[in-house]
Amino acid sequence: MGDLVRTETIAWADVIPSPVYLDAATAAPLHPVARQALLAALEDGWADPDRLYTQARRARQLLDAAREATAETLAVRPDELSFTASGTTAAHGAVLGGLAGRRRSGGVLVHSAIEHSAVLHAAEQHVARGGTAVEVPVDRLGRLDLDGWSAAVAGPGVALAALIAASHEVGTVQPVEAAAAACTDAGVPLYVDAAQMVGRVPVPAGWSVLTASARKWGGPPGVGLLVVRKGTRWESPWPADEHESGRTPGTLNLPAVVAAAASLRAAAADAAAEAARLSPLVDRIRARVAADVPDVEVVGDPEHRLPHLVTFSCLYLDGEALLHALDRRGFAVSSGSSCTSSTLRPSHVLEAMGVLSHGNVRVSLHAGSTEADVARFLAELPGIVADLRAQAGVVGL
Amino acid sequence: MTTPDGPVADEHHEILDCLGQRCPLPVIALARRLPELPVGTVVRVLADDPAAAVDIPAWCRLRGQEFLGTSPGPAYDVRRLS
Ligand SMILES: Cc1ncc(COP(=O)(O)O)c(C=O)c1O
Repeated sequence: MGDLVRTETIAWADVIPSPVYLDAATAAPLHPVARQALLAALEDGWADPDRLYTQARRARQLLDAAREATAETLAVRPDELSFTASGTTAAHGAVLGGLAGRRRSGGVLVHSAIEHSAVLHAAEQHVARGGTAVEVPVDRLGRLDLDGWSAAVAGPGVALAALIAASHEVGTVQPVEAAAAACTDAGVPLYVDAAQMVGRVPVPAGWSVLTASARKWGGPPGVGLLVVRKGTRWESPWPADEHESGRTPGTLNLPAVVAAAASLRAAAADAAAEAARLSPLVDRIRARVAADVPDVEVVGDPEHRLPHLVTFSCLYLDGEALLHALDRRGFAVSSGSSCTSSTLRPSHVLEAMGVLSHGNVRVSLHAGSTEADVARFLAELPGIVADLRAQAGVVGL
Repeated sequence: MTTPDGPVADEHHEILDCLGQRCPLPVIALARRLPELPVGTVVRVLADDPAAAVDIPAWCRLRGQEFLGTSPGPAYDVRRLS
């Protein structure tokens, strides 16, 4: 065959498009700094930081340094910060511990209708044990009803208020400072779930308790942050344990904690530039999806939103079928549609907003996302949707 | 968003039985049937998939049709406006 084909110029990458990962809101790809720190910490961070020998002292140094770096990035005191086993555990601790610490003030938890399921499940447990939960609605863009919120936190017996800083499902950023002011007026501590903000955008002020999750900023899975500001009444809801100032039980995965701290510092340093790069890409997805895909509803606040996340719903399509079709073409996205959830219920977030819940797709970008990735997604999506609609016999409805 | 059975029940001319169907099938059935009926007709969609409670009102908003309310069943009443 000789020189029929110049094989050295043809790479597989030119023939098979590389997969495009668009689900950073679930887990961002591991930041290179996280990988480096993780490998280094596996070498000398495996010992128990509470023991009294050389290896333990090295582990203790690593843990202290991780705490200091993370606290500095969040502009809190190191002793206000605990590492947890996930963002979910941190949220459970924030809600149940915040309620326990103020049980003398009452048994009412106020929360928005669009909290993460971790917060809602903690609220369910609180109610099952005789407590009360008051849910505050959002509007069609997913924005908190501030009047309803202010009235709810000023009600009798409110122990804690919980507000997601920015929606993980639709990207809408909440009026945290105004919500916090209402809490201050009512003398109620505010817990903010900032999982989608930390490492990406500055976290608004005014909260008493904050949680986050390392895998959202490019840290490893299985590390969460729980911050309890000085002076906040908080009592551990867990069986007694001395780790992490008694705020979260069990031995930490120290190498992962070190990797989380190192990558948070790196992500925070790049955050403003990354937000400025990703936000126009999200604008482009919002505009092009609405223009190029018929019968689609792009949801969430177009302005007060996260820089990296956009959600839309395609009329008449099954969300799961859409996810699989996108996956076959190399696009990884997630969905709030009922048929993609284990409960077969539509996303409570889409439900609370009153927007279409089927055929739902959430696209979320990360440091590795390129303009070319977005262009390819936008080029292929209309055809994928059209094919599925043709198969389902719903064209032109 | 629950309205009493009475007034709406008197008006409806058509029942779409989508019980047991998973979303988006009830919405598809509604989108197929409504344009075939005269403007002003009220269709009652019977659907027990919980997503119908979200998606039928949302479809009405996107399509400029009138969502009248929910009755036990669960039943969703929609009036054709255009
Ligand atoms: C807003 C929000 N809160 C909490 C969590 C839970 O974090 P993790 O996945 O680390 O348990 C997530 C992610 O799933 C999230 O997006």
